[in-house]
Amino acid sequence: MTSIEIDGASLTLGGRVVLRDISLSIAGGEFIGVLGPNGAGKTTLLRALLGLVPISAGRIAVLGQPPARGNPAIGYMPQTRALAATRLSGWDVVASAARGTRWGLPLLSAMARRDVAWALDLVDGKDLATRPLIDLSGGERQRLLLAQALLGRPRLLLLDEPLISLDPHHQSGVITLVDRVRRALGITVLFTAHELNPLLGAIDRVLYLGAGHAALGTVAEVITTPVLSRLYGAPIEVAHVNGRIFVMTGDHDAHRHA
Amino acid sequence: MFAYDFMIHACIAAGIVAVVSGCVGYFLVLRGQTFAGHALAHVGFTGATGAVLIGAPPLAGLVLVTVAGGVGIGLLGDRLQGRDVAIGLVLSAALGLGLLFLHFFTAYASQATALLFGNVLAVDVDTLWAMLGLGLLSLAGLGIIARPLLFASLQPDLAEAKGVSIRLMSVLFLAIVALATAECTQIVGVLLVFTLMVGPAATAQRLTTRLGAGVLLSVTLALAQAWLGLVLAYYTDWPTSFWIAALSGGTYLLASLTRST
Repeated sequence: MTSIEIDGASLTLGGRVVLRDISLSIAGGEFIGVLGPNGAGKTTLLRALLGLVPISAGRIAVLGQPPARGNPAIGYMPQTRALAATRLSGWDVVASAARGTRWGLPLLSAMARRDVAWALDLVDGKDLATRPLIDLSGGERQRLLLAQALLGRPRLLLLDEPLISLDPHHQSGVITLVDRVRRALGITVLFTAHELNPLLGAIDRVLYLGAGHAALGTVAEVITTPVLSRLYGAPIEVAHVNGRIFVMTGDHDAHRHA
Repeated sequence: MFAYDFMIHACIAAGIVAVVSGCVGYFLVLRGQTFAGHALAHVGFTGATGAVLIGAPPLAGLVLVTVAGGVGIGLLGDRLQGRDVAIGLVLSAALGLGLLFLHFFTAYASQATALLFGNVLAVDVDTLWAMLGLGLLSLAGLGIIARPLLFASLQPDLAEAKGVSIRLMSVLFLAIVALATAECTQIVGVLLVFTLMVGPAATAQRLTTRLGAGVLLSVTLALAQAWLGLVLAYYTDWPTSFWIAALSGGTYLLASLTRST
């Protein structure tokens, strides 16, 4: 089953064309790493799938439907920067998203409570539920946010830079967790990141964005001199060292993938 | 002390205000918008003095201008860079204007003091009814938006993706804060709105990590501080607002000391 179908779509942000005429298809259950330099449109693409950024040309189908705000089949984990520094417990923070768009008092039904417990359980977050958010480490917050994204049992998970400001040990922990959840639920995952190497071995395919273009394929297909040279609009060299991949422009390290 | 009507009125007024500010203040502190609450109180000062100048009831001017200010600050946006600067400018402009209104009406210096520092002992029955109405209105409003407001406060990006309008939440909430602030002013005055809106809520958030318990504790603390302040004022003959401010600040200090050890 196709999870995401993009057909000649262009995305414009503040008058600037971020992605131009891209076409791609992502199957259900795939783990896709979304990479590219800053400003390449990784977050914009996720926001377009969520219905937050209008499509200026072409067509996008998410789980067979055009993108629409509030699609319950999409789980979304925004960048943590916006997260409030609150003393509220992990449980309350996660639970605030449980049907959080409804009017009225934030009282949860028994079913919603079970859903929160289920999501916390999936990310091994039971012990985080009682602690204040402000006391949690970056990796622990990511687990809570992942639980929050899983509320309502989505079929597509959009994760925006979950590795940002995590040390390598916690980075691999987050990736392992996401992969385990993906397999357990059979859901599609789009995972944006700045660096490719932590994701090697976990992702099925890589979606590389750059200069308004997009390339989707296996790491071997996409992380090559011709493809990346087109995406960066400059000659790019790709070096493989001890199972890790480094992308360089001329003498300079264009985009460190260490 | 309950032999006097004015003490009974004061107790009822303080009770209404404490419940409202305990609830509204909890979300104000949670959202980190205490400065906006403070600014709204000052804007209200201008509304009240302006109303006195044209011969209208000060409470009406207070409520109207404060709500307008709340909606205005809300429309400036939740993520606007330099929001504090905008609030600060509105605040000083409003206070300056309020001073000008006072200048034209020097005869009412005691009224100005009442506005700035509150005068809970002068609350009459009509004002009580007005306060009860305003209080119920702001509590009902908060009850309606509490769920999406909490979502938007804790996780704005996700809430937006799920269909909550961040801007609408901000405007509605600040309108509710404005109503609550206008009420608070009756008890502790423009300058000390923080004591009932922020003190109990901030203390509650230090002491419990649970939402429901936090709101309850915030209301309980506000009630206790407001009533205890009245009693202390009755027996010492010092201003009520001073006692409430002292209790509110003292409790917060105590709570932060016990938490950090």
